[in-house]
Amino acid sequence: MSFKAKLGGALLAAALSTTAFHGAFAADDTIKIGVLHSLSGTMAISETTLKDAMLMLVEEQNKKGGVLGKKLEAVVVDPASDWPLFAEKARQLISQDKVAAVFGCWTSSSRKSVLPVFEELNSILFYPVQYEGEESSRNIFYTGAAPNQQAIPAVDYLASTEGVERWVLAGTDYVYPQTTNKILKAYLMSKGVKEEDIMVNYTPFGHSDWQTIVSDIKKFGSAGKKTAVVSTINGDANVPFYKELGNQGIKAEDIPVVAFSVGEEELAGLDTTPLVGHLAAWNYFQSVDAPVNAEFIKTWHAYTKNDKRVTNDPMEAAYIGFNAWVKAVEAAGTTDTDEVLDSIIGVAVPNLSGGTSTVMPNHHITKPVLIGEIQADGQFDIVQETPAVVGDEWSDYLPDSKDLISDWRKPMSCGNFNVATGKCGGKGS
Amino acid sequence: MLIRFITLIFLVLASAATSFAQGSDPKPLFDQLADANFNQAETLVGQIAATGDPRVVPALNAFSEGDLYFRKSDKAVFSAKSAGSQLELIDPVTGESAGQVAKGAVTKIKVNNNLRRAIRAALGGLTLMSPDRGARLSAADAILRSPSAEALELVEAALAKETDGEVKARMEEARAVSLLSSDRSIDEKRAAIETISGLGASGLGVLNSVSSSIDPSLKPDLDKAIASIQNAQQLWNLAQNVWYGMSLGSVLLLAAIGLAITFGVMGIINMAHGEMVMLGAYSTFMVQEVIRENAPSLFDWSLAIALPVAFLVTGLVGFVIERGVIRFLYGRPLETLLATWGVSLILQQAIRTIFGPTNQEVGNPSWMSGSFPLGGMTITYNRMWIIVFSLTIFFALLFVMKKTAYGLNMRAVTQNRRMASSMGIRTPWVDALTFALGSGIAGIAGVALSQIDNVSPNLGQSYIIDSFMVVVFGGVGNLWGTLVGALSLGILNKFLEPSVGAVLGKILVLVLIILFIQKRPRGLFALKGRAVEA
Repeated sequence: MSFKAKLGGALLAAALSTTAFHGAFAADDTIKIGVLHSLSGTMAISETTLKDAMLMLVEEQNKKGGVLGKKLEAVVVDPASDWPLFAEKARQLISQDKVAAVFGCWTSSSRKSVLPVFEELNSILFYPVQYEGEESSRNIFYTGAAPNQQAIPAVDYLASTEGVERWVLAGTDYVYPQTTNKILKAYLMSKGVKEEDIMVNYTPFGHSDWQTIVSDIKKFGSAGKKTAVVSTINGDANVPFYKELGNQGIKAEDIPVVAFSVGEEELAGLDTTPLVGHLAAWNYFQSVDAPVNAEFIKTWHAYTKNDKRVTNDPMEAAYIGFNAWVKAVEAAGTTDTDEVLDSIIGVAVPNLSGGTSTVMPNHHITKPVLIGEIQADGQFDIVQETPAVVGDEWSDYLPDSKDLISDWRKPMSCGNFNVATGKCGGKGS
Repeated sequence: MLIRFITLIFLVLASAATSFAQGSDPKPLFDQLADANFNQAETLVGQIAATGDPRVVPALNAFSEGDLYFRKSDKAVFSAKSAGSQLELIDPVTGESAGQVAKGAVTKIKVNNNLRRAIRAALGGLTLMSPDRGARLSAADAILRSPSAEALELVEAALAKETDGEVKARMEEARAVSLLSSDRSIDEKRAAIETISGLGASGLGVLNSVSSSIDPSLKPDLDKAIASIQNAQQLWNLAQNVWYGMSLGSVLLLAAIGLAITFGVMGIINMAHGEMVMLGAYSTFMVQEVIRENAPSLFDWSLAIALPVAFLVTGLVGFVIERGVIRFLYGRPLETLLATWGVSLILQQAIRTIFGPTNQEVGNPSWMSGSFPLGGMTITYNRMWIIVFSLTIFFALLFVMKKTAYGLNMRAVTQNRRMASSMGIRTPWVDALTFALGSGIAGIAGVALSQIDNVSPNLGQSYIIDSFMVVVFGGVGNLWGTLVGALSLGILNKFLEPSVGAVLGKILVLVLIILFIQKRPRGLFALKGRAVEA
């Protein structure tokens, strides 16, 4: 009994302390921004880093004098990898904390969960992770890669440079891999790849026994044509997958794997010696040779007080999103949502690969696509870099969305304009 | 592109094999790599190999491993190895040291998969006649992996001189795959198909790749060979599924065996069980960190050292949990469930705060890495050792339970607490020690699971459901039930997976268990007698 009372008391105290923490800084001379990333639960592994990156960006901006002469103040909440809780916390950030903009979410499920909240309360979300496309909202900016900024260039690279003719599309069973694989399959078939040369395979979240699938891939690869694996396997399941590949002796020279969810952070928990040569496609790698990147890495190491902490692509996306917002606010002279939404389109800010990224009318940004090969030290060697690509929200390779475009400039202001029927709204024919 | 390139190397190599010393110096070719793009580098590798100079082999190896650099000051190319904070430069041809430089003074020459393939093929040609047996073997392997008609003469020249039985057999196979795409006679090709059909899965790729271009009179032989490999494969597939099933079963057994004690024997619904596994894995990480810092030579022993450490750490944590929380809640299963769930969250967040939310790198000792072929299947060492390990733990635990005084006390307390107490057994201590034992065993399971899964704060969560499933399915309170339950669930899963996919397979297994529990609520091996009613 006494224990129960204590436990209950502790939980209550914890709950109180989080609200108290947020309530304590209600000064008017600051601009508040929300940071909506899971700090506990399964997604904490990826999202905690982004929270740190956001806090670093805010600190750096304040050193430069803040925005509009006011200091920025980050309000951090923890939605605990729980999708409905994301919506609740987003509502709290906008209604109670009155934040000017929110930076956050990782999984598509969490983004879909908060989307109606942002539209209803008319606030702004910057979403920093690569995603499957097929969405456009007036209130969301997608600074991560759309499929045409990651998946399609990667497949092109394998087909042209490595001569791949047979494809395994392996992914975790949820919306991002499913949609991406649908787009990739349509794309490959439009390039003349036959149905029997494509193998699609889905596994549950956190799958850890890859023996059967790896040996299936081996068998699929023994048909006499050059084979590659396109992996949309998510998060934690990657480590056992790569371990199994290494142990079964599948080398990158024989069957290369190109991954869209594996970056420096994911490789940090892995001995990468057996993986040398497997590929990843991103818009940024820590190994990018550019002064702006060297500066960013230095700041990051100083901020985290750990010079082994790696940087990764979603951090770059957060960096671009944050700087674009700052620039738009300064151009508009206010943090008012409607005015920022108008002023941010066309804003160009430096990205970390040495170029600039521009916010497009479809709320996606331009950035180059980099293909990297895994090295023994857990970093990537960049083997190809494309010119900047505009993110395409509605894929041109899916029959449902090929006629749709999105343009949030006035007077069109439409997220799904159908160029075939000339009307806003609704799916294609 | 690659084919044309390989053709080039082998054409030149074939002539080099007959007239060895051409007198061309590979050194300037290496130096040109400094400014070359990937395609140019590929041509250069071909030209380097074409000099036929065996001294270039170490430098080409270094190139493929990303250890080739050029000096920024004069663009001279060296292979390099790390020497403290500096790099020691080594001349790519003579192999002599060229002094040490700071890492910033040199630039790495990039290598991609195409280049690595090209280097592998070039090395295959260069080392076929190497005096080192291992080098000849891997040279034959390299040709097996990228067959080309041009390698044929080289292989035959090497074959004529080869005396070692195993290398000879491998070269025969390499000769056969190379012959298939050459313009040799039909009879020779027929014999080659015969040889390849003994190669199993790797031969299938070769046969399939020539099936469209081969002489029509050989087509029946080819199809027969393909069919015979596929038939043999099917049998091996069956064996492979059983093996994979046992392997999955052994992982389930490892995860569940500690729970078989805390939940099965003591009846505590222990939601913090997964976190004990996680703590075991983190103990392994800590042990490896200490070894890496202080005694890298002991790394292969790290798991052996981690076992007692993990057992003690998690046993102690288990002891504290039992004394601090669970003992107040005996006989109140719902409250135990909630309390242990709370403990599991606290432990997770504590680890997250101490070590950070990201994965920690736990290395595989050399004896846990790689695989060996057994007939038509590939057996990986880590899975094999985990099967051995889990069975060892199982039987050790069985011994403790059935043959020691402590095991007797434990069984007495769980079967009839008041009677045992009247006989003078200190039941609270037995409870605490039993819970500590179950936790400790979960900890050593964590040592093994750190070898195949992520070491992150979430490690335990992925195993908790599976563990309960195994214990309930096998029969609560029965260790043998846990063994049989784990293995049969593993094998069932692996037989379902190839036909219905991993996602549906998992669902089907769950549905089957639910149906089974309807029929036999107490699991496979139900306890009988009065203990059940208590």
